[in-house]
Amino acid sequence: MNTRLRTFIMHVEDLPGVLNRVTSLFRRRGYNIESLAVGRTEMPGVSRMTIVMEADDDAARRIEANLYKLVNVLRVEDTAWRPTVSRELALIKVRTDQGTRAQVLQLTEVFRARVIDVGPEAVIFEITGTRDKIDGLAEVLMPYGVVELVRTGAIAMVRSADTVEATPSVQQQPQTNAA
Amino acid sequence: MTARTGAQILWEALHREGVRVVFGYPGGAIMPAYDALLDSEIRHVLVRHEQGAAHMADGYARVSGNVGVAIATSGPGATNLVTGIATAMLDSVPLVCITGQVASRFIGSDAFQETDITGVTLPITKHNYLVTRAADIAKTIREAFYVARSGRPGPVLVDITKDAQQQSCVPEYSDQPVRMRGYRPDHQARHDDLKRAAELIDRAERPVILCGHGIVRADATTLLRALVVKTGMPVASTLLGLGGFPATHALSLGMMGMHGEAWVNQAIQEADLLVALGMRFDDRVTGKLETFATGAKKIHCELDPAEINKNVRVDVALVGDVRETIEALLPLVEARDHHAWIARISELKGDAAVRDIQQLPPGGRLFAAHVMHDLWRITEGKALVVTDVGQHQMWEAQYYKHDHPKKLVTSGGLGTMGFALPAAIGARFAAPSDEIWVIAGDGGFQMTACELSTIAQEGVKLNIAIINNGYLGMVRQWQQFFYNGRYSATPLKSPDFVKLAEAHGLFGLRVSTRDEVAPAVMRARAARGTVLIDFRVEQEDSVYPMVPAGAALNEMIRRPSSIVETAEDE
Repeated sequence: MNTRLRTFIMHVEDLPGVLNRVTSLFRRRGYNIESLAVGRTEMPGVSRMTIVMEADDDAARRIEANLYKLVNVLRVEDTAWRPTVSRELALIKVRTDQGTRAQVLQLTEVFRARVIDVGPEAVIFEITGTRDKIDGLAEVLMPYGVVELVRTGAIAMVRSADTVEATPSVQQQPQTNAA
Repeated sequence: MTARTGAQILWEALHREGVRVVFGYPGGAIMPAYDALLDSEIRHVLVRHEQGAAHMADGYARVSGNVGVAIATSGPGATNLVTGIATAMLDSVPLVCITGQVASRFIGSDAFQETDITGVTLPITKHNYLVTRAADIAKTIREAFYVARSGRPGPVLVDITKDAQQQSCVPEYSDQPVRMRGYRPDHQARHDDLKRAAELIDRAERPVILCGHGIVRADATTLLRALVVKTGMPVASTLLGLGGFPATHALSLGMMGMHGEAWVNQAIQEADLLVALGMRFDDRVTGKLETFATGAKKIHCELDPAEINKNVRVDVALVGDVRETIEALLPLVEARDHHAWIARISELKGDAAVRDIQQLPPGGRLFAAHVMHDLWRITEGKALVVTDVGQHQMWEAQYYKHDHPKKLVTSGGLGTMGFALPAAIGARFAAPSDEIWVIAGDGGFQMTACELSTIAQEGVKLNIAIINNGYLGMVRQWQQFFYNGRYSATPLKSPDFVKLAEAHGLFGLRVSTRDEVAPAVMRARAARGTVLIDFRVEQEDSVYPMVPAGAALNEMIRRPSSIVETAEDE
């Protein structure tokens, strides 16, 4: 039922061990994380996590409820129901020589990737974009020889002036079927 | 205010939380706290193994309704608490466990008796803390108690480094309500959902209430009675819900699940509405999920939103304190009775009662069920019973009818053997004037039998019934049913329990026939000190009925009538 990749935005207290508590919960309940990005926010003492994982509606609600049981979690938002923008950053090192460099540069231009290092045998590109866009670039570069690829995992934000607040609100209650 | 050491602040902070007794064991990293203990009014019970300390705090908490406190040193002291913490976690019991930790400058260096106990207990505590500064102790203790008892209760561990205990600072205690940045444990059922629940209850023809541990923990027994009286709905109970509704009430069905009575499980399978109150549809209660009460609408009243639709999909979820939920629901439901449905359940009951071992004539072989039944009769169902885990636990649940809440203490979710004896010691401090019976098997009893010394040292009065069948009985039963009777590692040799009691300066008795049960029980009750009775029961008796793991609730293994006949022949 409605299983898909979902993005959760979480605000947590910026304290030692909090990341461990969150990942330990995912491990213990058997949820598989696709990607996880953590960093500081505009609020002092608050970290923001963006977690992407596969889940149906029901599992998503339980994940949210379980996350709220962690004392250091301030706010959890399942962005499935809100217009969201999401970006990943990737660095890709591609093997190039005199013969292929021009071709590779042309291809990466289409994806608006930036060259950040050029060496005699390889070029490093930086690309930001959605997961699909980065997958796409990686795929076309593969035949030339991708030496290394690293990506950050997605960070996400709800569109327009809507915010995902760090203050805890009344937790979403489970929707039950009408009698 | 003058400066105090972290150790002194710790005891003062505990005292301010209402703590009057703690259960613990000293050691290197907690020695500053033990030194300051001598100047505190708080009573300390010296255990023989830290697992016992956690179970004692647990038993104390379950009976008193307050937070129980266990204390241990770093490393092995802390890891020995783990089983007790996990037990409390699965049964939602509020504990605060305090452990010493090596000095902060040694953390991470694999110092002597260093264990990352906050890491170890992360998945089995509601929350835990590592405190490295004396100035943080008072605030952390206050927060720990708040987290342990609020919302769905659970164990909290506070690990305090030795240097934090030794440092001095001017303490700051607060009497203000605890404010935390995250953590909002309170929920309230929505009015629309309450109305929908009331409609389902009004329309139901074959409803059953499922009474869980939440009813007991939330002190909702009076309200549950009011709901039953108004709506006429019969009540089935989980193991930990026993006593939440009077067992001798006409609308009490008894325990449900793997070793529930056949008529209870059959009634649940035939029901058109289940009203689950403070329970979480454990697999021991539902049997095979796909076949569980398929014809029933389900209402789930539960404090923890993460439990909703976890195992069983429900039609209406009422997330909130079960007492508040029933209170809000009561005026919305119509007064009903369910004569036809109750008559149908009585019909189911009639069949099962014939097979009941209680009907055996006196004087024959001693069955564990006899012991439970006689104990119930003699104590008029008023004793506080603490059971261990295994066959005797199920027999107690079947034959000792609890009419009052918090009179049965047992490890449900984790099924921790060795729980009973220490938990009963803790219960004694919560209920000084109750008649307490420990019921344990010969296997589980030996896991924590060292606490007999604690009983002797503290002068605690308990009555101990060992249901001794010479086997790890529940595993033996499974081997008999599901492993072709191949008894692997289940035959069990035990010490002479009477002499063991005597070695501890306690009184011991042996009982091997039905006639001896009552006099022995009377003697134990009359004695001022702890009495241990070694009940030599039928060795290869099994708990019936039984829903095999993974089977539907109504696919039960019933008591073979041949056993009854053989016994009657004698």
